[in-house]
Amino acid sequence: MGRYVIRRLLQMIPVFIGTTFLIFVMVYAVGDPVNALFGERAPDPATAQQLREEFNLDKPIWQQYGLYMGKIFTGDFGNAFNGRPVTELMATAFPITIRLALVAIVIEIVIGIVLGVVTGLRRGRPVDSGVLMMTLVVISVPTFVTGSLAQYLLGVKWGWIAPAVSPAAPVGELLLPGLVLALVSLAYVTRLTRTSIAENSRADYVRTAIAKGLSRRRVTVRHLLRNSLIPVVTFLGTDVGNLMAGALVTERIFNIQGVGFQLWQGIVRQNSPTVVGFVTILVIVFLLANLLVDLLYAVLDPRIRYV
Amino acid sequence: MELAEDEGQEIEGSPPPGPGPERGRSLWSDAWHDLRRNPVFVIAGLLIAFLVLISIWPGLIASRDPLSCRLGRSLDPSSAGHWFGYDAQGCDVYTRVVYGARTSVTVGVCATAGVAVLGSLLGGLAGFFGGVWDAILSRVTDIFFGIPIVLGGLVFLSMTGSRSVWTVVTFIVLLGWPQVARIARGSVITVKQNDYVQAARALGAGTVRMMVRHILPNAVAPVIVTATIALGTYISLEATLSYLGVGLQPPTVSWGADISAASQGMQFRNAPHILLYPAAALSLTVLAFIMLGDAVRDALDPKLR
Repeated sequence: MGRYVIRRLLQMIPVFIGTTFLIFVMVYAVGDPVNALFGERAPDPATAQQLREEFNLDKPIWQQYGLYMGKIFTGDFGNAFNGRPVTELMATAFPITIRLALVAIVIEIVIGIVLGVVTGLRRGRPVDSGVLMMTLVVISVPTFVTGSLAQYLLGVKWGWIAPAVSPAAPVGELLLPGLVLALVSLAYVTRLTRTSIAENSRADYVRTAIAKGLSRRRVTVRHLLRNSLIPVVTFLGTDVGNLMAGALVTERIFNIQGVGFQLWQGIVRQNSPTVVGFVTILVIVFLLANLLVDLLYAVLDPRIRYV
Repeated sequence: MELAEDEGQEIEGSPPPGPGPERGRSLWSDAWHDLRRNPVFVIAGLLIAFLVLISIWPGLIASRDPLSCRLGRSLDPSSAGHWFGYDAQGCDVYTRVVYGARTSVTVGVCATAGVAVLGSLLGGLAGFFGGVWDAILSRVTDIFFGIPIVLGGLVFLSMTGSRSVWTVVTFIVLLGWPQVARIARGSVITVKQNDYVQAARALGAGTVRMMVRHILPNAVAPVIVTATIALGTYISLEATLSYLGVGLQPPTVSWGADISAASQGMQFRNAPHILLYPAAALSLTVLAFIMLGDAVRDALDPKLR
């Protein structure tokens, strides 16, 4: 197991460098941070030159990237548009978004797996077809549409909840945004669990377990479910990326001041350190989530470690 | 499949079965036979045919100009001849919903075509030749998979000044191809090891002939399935990017941008029609394409038979 972890960690390094470099090039080569600083006015050439030197913008892009990464590893992400360090923005934004994402993950895991098991064991029955059709519809409606509709119906028309989340964003207020964020993934988790359960329920080991006289509950939970969760776990890892994208949208709709909000501010004000800093952290989170999933995978299915 | 074992490569796509022994019952005619009897496919097909038709001739069902707006009738509810009412700018919502189909269908179809061609070319060649190219491609796809596509769009598209349909299509192709490349690579590696390919090589078939006559027809099914499903998600992606303000800009009519305008300062509070109609049109369109993809996958994936 130890060797497996080390190998996976080493494989992450080139991917991390490649991904962050790509983002870095997009922001620094396509846009011009110094021009952006001056807004609509043309910058004074001497000042622009001085700023370029100060922020290393006169050096070749790979060198800028190296200097930037060196600083990041000492915890220096540069300053945001208002002069505060980017790390300060991160400290307020990340807890909120993590809370939102956790609410969404819990919802999608619990509801998704339960629905998947129920439909997988009743394949072809009305419950199954009904849920399957529902998942298709849920997958088709983009998150920003579900979010806007939920905000209109629950927040404005029926007045069940506040249409916007307060700046502190307590968990209670994040339940609806979390559900909106979770919906698409929830549908995928349901479908994956369903297929997997239906496939495995015909496996020999399930028949053996039933023949041994184990209770139906124990066969389903300990034998069938554990083996059926492998594709679901893989999905959850790649889904962290979708959740991030969804969080950008959900935070926009419900006015949650998390990562999506700060990233958006950075983009609107063309503040490169904010954008690159937040995106770099998001990429690290995404890669770590995938690593975690690979490790979980190895726990669930010991054969994988030795491949 | 002894050959597969001593190669020891990862096989990602599922192998399509070779053409059956009897004439006229190939994978394709079999799939078509299944599809015609699948109600999901028929409904999705009719919806898509309708969408394509009104994308080509929006004038068929909408006689007005989507860009002729008068602020005097801003947010007016539906009336005779203007069933969907007016939006905040005083534009006819019905006309804009009809013209929005053209944008969505164009982005979906062009992006999918681009992703499928680029992805299967690069992935297929890497799978066929293996070695260094394969290693490079695998690392490159890993890197692209590390960037969630909406996040990439937010960063990349916001840096470009004016964006047309083609800017968005180019962006989707640039970030979307690795998904298809992975599938195509896996599929080609699987097919390459089949006996009939080895036999063709033993009989002296050239590289090009092997690729075109033997590998391509047998490896293309998983790519088609992935591409069909991706079509719906690309339409949804364009709308999401436009909603976030980094997608299409006026005068291009986009459902996503219209929904974004409706949500601005919660204008839909008093005029829900400006939110509901474009949202319904967008959801129905994505649903049609996802249903099509689902039906095609069921028909082409032999594991589900």
